[in-house]
Amino acid sequence: MSENTKHIIEVKGLDISFRLPTGNVHAIRGLDFSLDENEVLALVGESGSGKSVGVKAVMGILPENAVIESGEILFNDGEETIDLLKMKEAARRKTINGTKIAMVFQDPMTSLNPTMSIGAQLITALRSHSDIHKKGAYARGVELLREVGITDPERTMDQYPHQLSGGMRQRVVIAIALSQSPKLLICDEPTTALDVTIQERILELLQSIQRSRGLSMIFITHNLGVVSKIADKVAVMYAGKIIEKGTVFDIFYDPRHPYTWGLLSAVPELSDKKGELYSIPGTPPDLSKEIVGDAFAPRNPYALAVDFKAEPPLFKLSKTHYAATWLADPRAPKTEMPKELADKIQRMKQEAKDYAES
Amino acid sequence: MMGKYLRKRILISVAILFLILLILFLLLQFMPGSPFNDAKLTPEQSEALKKSYGLDKPVIIQFFRYVGNMLRGDLGVSYSISPNTPITTLLANRFPVTIRIGFMSLILGTVIGVILGLVTAFFKSRILKGIYSVLTLLGIAVPSYLFAVFLSWTLGYKAKLFPLLYDFRSPLYSSVMPVMALSFIVMAVIARFTKSEAEDVLRSDYVMLARCTGMSSRTIIVKYILRNSLIPVITVMAGLLVGLLTGSLVIEKMYAVPGIGELLTNAISSNDYNVVIALSFVYSALYIVVMLILDIIYCIVDPRVRLGGKAE
Repeated sequence: MSENTKHIIEVKGLDISFRLPTGNVHAIRGLDFSLDENEVLALVGESGSGKSVGVKAVMGILPENAVIESGEILFNDGEETIDLLKMKEAARRKTINGTKIAMVFQDPMTSLNPTMSIGAQLITALRSHSDIHKKGAYARGVELLREVGITDPERTMDQYPHQLSGGMRQRVVIAIALSQSPKLLICDEPTTALDVTIQERILELLQSIQRSRGLSMIFITHNLGVVSKIADKVAVMYAGKIIEKGTVFDIFYDPRHPYTWGLLSAVPELSDKKGELYSIPGTPPDLSKEIVGDAFAPRNPYALAVDFKAEPPLFKLSKTHYAATWLADPRAPKTEMPKELADKIQRMKQEAKDYAES
Repeated sequence: MMGKYLRKRILISVAILFLILLILFLLLQFMPGSPFNDAKLTPEQSEALKKSYGLDKPVIIQFFRYVGNMLRGDLGVSYSISPNTPITTLLANRFPVTIRIGFMSLILGTVIGVILGLVTAFFKSRILKGIYSVLTLLGIAVPSYLFAVFLSWTLGYKAKLFPLLYDFRSPLYSSVMPVMALSFIVMAVIARFTKSEAEDVLRSDYVMLARCTGMSSRTIIVKYILRNSLIPVITVMAGLLVGLLTGSLVIEKMYAVPGIGELLTNAISSNDYNVVIALSFVYSALYIVVMLILDIIYCIVDPRVRLGGKAE
């Protein structure tokens, strides 16, 4: 990750509010992240932390009542850098959607048009930007279905969504998203709605497609197990902001933000005999009210006095690792992560080492 | 597969109609009085009349004789409101008018309602929303006979555009006001339904996925939104149609439309058994046939129904 490589996507100071009858909800409060080619970024956080809203802004499919207050979303696929937020919707549709950026949604049961055959949906998507002949589009559709691991693609082309299982449908959704060879694929919790046994396979599929196509990928999830498997970089979101980001190793082996500590502590362990699962106390803040200080402070057992007054900046801990907590300030009292978590990380490291050796 | 399904549906429909007929027959026995309530008739004369029509036989025999005749296309004759006129003739005179006015109202109301609903859902204009709200609220809240009065006053009496009463010499011309009065509620119901369905579809994940692939708005509207939001509207249409055909009684009365609504009220008040049974039966048959047609349309337009709902 040298400084001079161009980021394929760079989000700068993105700020989004929702206009509701009851007032404004400040869903994204200054979002910054970037992604290089061929890289996988995992966005992690509780429901309502703004993960989905953030990527919908990148995709350009925010709901009507969302207002982008400020920020830039710079996209560069090797030719020129474009600010997606400055583009007209029609221009975006013609030049970006599908061909540069595509998205896979959470629920495959609702992501496909119920009254169109799989083939028709694929062909329509394939022909939306090019004048490809119907026959050519059909052949391409079959090829795509094969790529996403559907064994009898010709048959599936004639079928309707309701005739397919959840896992099959998600494969079709992935095929539609990939149909016009996007450079960036956004996956919004693509395995959450699936059976546990299928989750693993869809995840492996996405990973192998990412590698074979050299895709950049933004992967939203609240499952840290998934993160460790698929991601290069992790960004932890809380109350519409990134509060810690770094490589997978930074976040899993050397977490610095008390919220990240909480998230990692809440991951169940197979070897955990005590049978009690940790959960972070309290609830996320109400984003319709103005937040003073660190949004996480009221739930943070390690909060300092300053946390309730001033918002911590994103401290640079290493070349890749950043955390927005006053604990990272040199003047802060030295605070260690909880003992249980330190032990847990130690066990994780050991497991990884054993696994590497075996 | 479709043929088998249809055969089953038709068989069930026939069985239901048979049952309805039986129940109607039994219920009529509980009605007070007889078709021959004229005070001038002596009991002997009354008995003689009953005997001549076969009404002195046990109910069950009457019933099977009726069914037998009906299968031969004979619905009997009217006893009192138009003595000895075959009911098939009565129906043939009156039914077409009701059906024509019903269908015209349905088509007019549906076309306007669908357009209004879709346009309001697509374009987020305040003015459109206002027009939509006023029209649908009026259409649903104000009963159709009030519209009829309003139309009679404005278009009929003041502007003298259309005849105030139905004139069988110019059936189309004099159907305009009854059709307008009846179609208002159809328009309102269809517009509300279409709008909410279209909004749901617009927000759906599959339209979002289509937008992510960069399809043109035209493609999305035609292939994704229209079909998915209009399929449920068909259901509402069927219900409305039956309502129009059977419930246009007041409007028929107001404009003196010689339809079956008026015939039914007269028949019930004068104990004209055969007319009541025939009309009630026709209403039931109509309902069942409309529902059957609806199912067939569903089969054609919705693959989920056509192909069965099994995931593999």
